[in-house]
Amino acid sequence: MKLTNRSKVVSNKEMTFMEKLYLPEIFKGMAITLKHAIAGPKGKVYSYPEVQKPRTKIWRGLHVLKRDEEGRERCTACGLCAVTCPAEAITMTGAERTKDEQHLYREEKYASVYEINMLRCIFCGLCEEACPKSAIYLTDRLVDVETNRGSFIYGKDKLVEKINERIDITERQSELQKKSVK
Amino acid sequence: MELITFKIILVVTLFAVSLGVAAYSTWGERKVAAILQDRIGPNRAGPFGLLQPLADGGKLFFKEGFVPQGADRFLFYIGPALTMFISLITGAVIPWGKSLNIGGNSFDIQVANIDVGVLYLIAMVSIGVYGMMIGGWASNNKYSLIGAIRASSQMISYELAMGLSLLSIILMAGSLDLHFITSSQGAGKIWGFIPADGMNWNIFYQPLAFIIFFVAAMAETNRAPFDLPECESELVNGYMTEYSSMNFGQYMFGEYVNMFISNALIATLFFGGFNYPGINWVSENWGENIAGTLSIFAMLAKVVFGILVFMWIRWTIPRFRYDQLMHLGWKTLIPLALVNLIITAAVIVFFAH
Repeated sequence: MKLTNRSKVVSNKEMTFMEKLYLPEIFKGMAITLKHAIAGPKGKVYSYPEVQKPRTKIWRGLHVLKRDEEGRERCTACGLCAVTCPAEAITMTGAERTKDEQHLYREEKYASVYEINMLRCIFCGLCEEACPKSAIYLTDRLVDVETNRGSFIYGKDKLVEKINERIDITERQSELQKKSVK
Repeated sequence: MELITFKIILVVTLFAVSLGVAAYSTWGERKVAAILQDRIGPNRAGPFGLLQPLADGGKLFFKEGFVPQGADRFLFYIGPALTMFISLITGAVIPWGKSLNIGGNSFDIQVANIDVGVLYLIAMVSIGVYGMMIGGWASNNKYSLIGAIRASSQMISYELAMGLSLLSIILMAGSLDLHFITSSQGAGKIWGFIPADGMNWNIFYQPLAFIIFFVAAMAETNRAPFDLPECESELVNGYMTEYSSMNFGQYMFGEYVNMFISNALIATLFFGGFNYPGINWVSENWGENIAGTLSIFAMLAKVVFGILVFMWIRWTIPRFRYDQLMHLGWKTLIPLALVNLIITAAVIVFFAH
């Protein structure tokens, strides 16, 4: 059975005389490296700290907990993301919203604690797919460097998007999600 | 100016130039590697990373100089020093330029014009093996010892091919004197009929000897694809496993000085040394000093070009396997060199006389 059409049949055929001479093959190799030297590194290299390598819009990076268009948190603490997470990185505690919290949370139940352990997370994106409320998304941002393990447990303070700095995730929403989100 | 003053100035300059070229070879190596591999290379220390050798040197000096338990301390320190010393001392017999006229006296730009320059060079290169062997032995580490034995057996097998290919050059020139060999390439016509001033280089007569010598020189200086002494995948790190700080630095530096000197030798023997196109015309019309200065630049340009080619090859070709290395040395290069020698001798006997 052929899985891909890229496989090559291995052969043990004798080398030709030119290949046995070895020097012509060396010159071929040197010509290849010379071509690379002349072409230069432009467009293939980024001077990292100054220039960041561009990432695609659907890059699976740091998570974000979305708010709806009225600024209320979407998460309803159903726990589906935590259940589907293969690395078991997500933990949450649910709470019931009170009357005067109606402008903060969209549903009657919300996550009082929502934590993702970034050391466990494998950025597979299953939480994003599992979420029925379109509340959690992965973004093209990166997880910061920390010097201790505790700082890698990201709570709501880091995950929920700021009310004035909304993060655009429309690129990665499926048509179904775009329709279902009101 | 006295002869001795001139020689002392020349020695000091040569010493400084050798070290400088070796230091900047480390920078050049990284830069060349980067350019060939679509990268940028060192660019943090100074403009274009030009201060990188200073930073590397400073780091090597300030690291802890570690001597393993039970090692022979004297030999442990002598090993790298010997490598460094031998590679520096070989520059003495190479003619770096034609001649300079200072205060009415004409001085050859060569530290020691001994009649047996080629023999001296071969002898010094052979002593270079001791640097490695002592280093491996004094480390009190069996892997270092095995690495040293590997390295020295490689060097010995390639020295034979090197010496044999040199013999054909010596036959052609009829002298062991490096200055004479160089001068003979500055006069006459290519193949006896193409007139080209100062271009009568040995490469046109001995291409096979050149290839053999070039490959052997690369193996002698432990450059890829022959960098098996640096056997990090098989024997930790070969004969220099136990070396740290400037002791290691001397081995590394010695390798780069070696590369400089071998390229000077290749240029002297095959590419006309300090001769450049039109050297005789320049010395007749513009005077001895201008011709001499230009000849020094010609020599250095050839050497730098040779170093660049060495690096180019290193970053193109993967390493040999050890049995392939031995096969190439003993079964290919030595017979080829012998055949070349016989043909050269036959041609000289039947046609030159």
